[in-house]
Amino acid sequence: MSMVEERIHKTFGRVIVKEEKGDIKSKAWASRGFLLKILTFLSPSLLLILWEILAGFHMIDVRLFSSPSRIFAALIPMLYSGELFYHTMVSTQRIVLGFLAGAFPGVVLGLSMGLFPPVRASLMPMVAATFPIPKLAIMPLILIIFGLGEASKVFTIAIGVFYLVLINTMAGVLNIDNIYLDVAKNFGASRFQFYTTVALPGALPMIFAGFKLGMGTALLLIVAAELSAAKAGVGWMVWRAYDMFDIEKMFVALITMAFLGYVFSCMLDLLERIVIPWKSQKN
Amino acid sequence: MEKPKELKAAYQNEAILTEKLTKVFCTRSSSITALQDINLSVKDGEFLCIVGPSGCGKTTFLRILAGLEKQTSGKVYMISKNPEKPLTSMVFQGDSVFPWMTVRENVEYGLRMRGVPAKERREIAMKYIKLMGLSRFADAFPCQLSGGMKQRINVARAFVNDPEILLMDEPFGALDEQNRLILQQELLKIWEGTGKTSLFITHSIDEALILGDRVLVMTAHPGRIKAIVSVDIPRPRDILLLRSSPRFAQLYRNIWHLLQEEVTKASAREFAI
Ligand SMILES: Nc1ncnc2c1ncn2[C@@H]1O[C@H](COP(=O)(O)OP(=O)(O)O)[C@@H](O)[C@H]1O
Ligand SMILES: [Mg+2]
Repeated sequence: MSMVEERIHKTFGRVIVKEEKGDIKSKAWASRGFLLKILTFLSPSLLLILWEILAGFHMIDVRLFSSPSRIFAALIPMLYSGELFYHTMVSTQRIVLGFLAGAFPGVVLGLSMGLFPPVRASLMPMVAATFPIPKLAIMPLILIIFGLGEASKVFTIAIGVFYLVLINTMAGVLNIDNIYLDVAKNFGASRFQFYTTVALPGALPMIFAGFKLGMGTALLLIVAAELSAAKAGVGWMVWRAYDMFDIEKMFVALITMAFLGYVFSCMLDLLERIVIPWKSQKN
Repeated sequence: MEKPKELKAAYQNEAILTEKLTKVFCTRSSSITALQDINLSVKDGEFLCIVGPSGCGKTTFLRILAGLEKQTSGKVYMISKNPEKPLTSMVFQGDSVFPWMTVRENVEYGLRMRGVPAKERREIAMKYIKLMGLSRFADAFPCQLSGGMKQRINVARAFVNDPEILLMDEPFGALDEQNRLILQQELLKIWEGTGKTSLFITHSIDEALILGDRVLVMTAHPGRIKAIVSVDIPRPRDILLLRSSPRFAQLYRNIWHLLQEEVTKASAREFAI
């Protein structure tokens, strides 16, 4: 106890002292952050080890659940032969084309529906009626219309992405605070200027939310789209492995899909940071 | 809104004239008379402050002048002396700064909408950004700034546009005392330099007397003009000196008595409902 504290203590009996040493970068926080980082790596690794051990001691059926080492052993030759890369590229092309084919009209139509009440009034019933139809249920129809080639697969993905982007874009425009419309009007913005300086940037955060949801759906639909009438792709790999009862290959395909999903979401995040700089600077 | 030629000749000294201006808002269940029979003339180059209990139609009045709202009946004359300039620019009540534009882009907005070349509008905008003490943040996004700084952007955006008439709706209402004092000083300085016709809504009698040539006191439900008080305090004004002057205290008391009646009436009505 310092002299001062002692004196205060004698006078008042009870003293509560709060003191900081003034390090800006607290060590406690730094080490805590480090610990959390280790945890994020540790917990999946532990799970893999557990899986391997259980498989090694035959406590789970390796014919059904395989094991990390077996999957890894199946993965390496597929990587070297370029087989995996080929299937990944085929699926990636379908996803990207389908995503673009769905997102672009989704944004355009979503913006028009958000901006123009007559457009909204005339199209909303159709959107509301067709949106709940599971996209998988219309796959046979798509196959009949678009044939067995690439077009049907791209279209399946496009239709799933389209609705999510459309609805989010429209909501994004409708949610723009009225005060911004008044500002644009008061400062003499023309119709076109209003779209480019208020409607589009105001709706962008929601548009990106739509893109992210759409990307999730695209990954879901690629498996369905490659179920029938396909000869390549990661989704096809899953079904092919199912036919051949090749569990390792199936896991390889699943891992590839997880990886694809991760890469796509990273790319969307990056694009979002570039296109919506005001959002990322908030934190 | 009309701008007939003969009026322009007859009212050389006027900037705004209203005749029996009335605005009724109809909602599903009821109708609210926000403004009733407002007859007002605002002189060219005058700084008019508007005070009144909340909900008395101050914002509505400014929005009609800005062309954002249509009156139900009556006439508004806006007498334009310089047709190349935009007629009105508004400083909106509350946060109206575009979050997706940088400080400079926000301040430049009006100029950009009018097609002023990028280099020129940048120069003009930077001048006001400097005046408002925002130079360091010119390229920052508003989300990184405090409420006070955002309000400065809001004010700068209207001034940069160099309109014939400035409409300010409680621009400093949400600010703390220190920031408000600083901005009032800035506003006085800028305004006394330009002498632009200005309408300024405030809920602070202090602020109205510091800034205004006249103070318009409004009644609520329906919104009418209760009185117009001339602020005969010479310019340029020094806020601190002014506040301690006997004339200021006298005017303050005058306006307070006018307002007090209205505020009590308004709250009595609230209890009745
Ligand atoms: N768009 C609107 N629709 C219906 N009523 C409104 C609308 N705008 C304002 N009012 C009503 O008009 C009155 C005046 O509003 P306003 O001009 O905002 O008051 P002030 O700015 O003086 O506080 C209020 O009673 C308010 O409820
Ligand atoms: Mg108001």
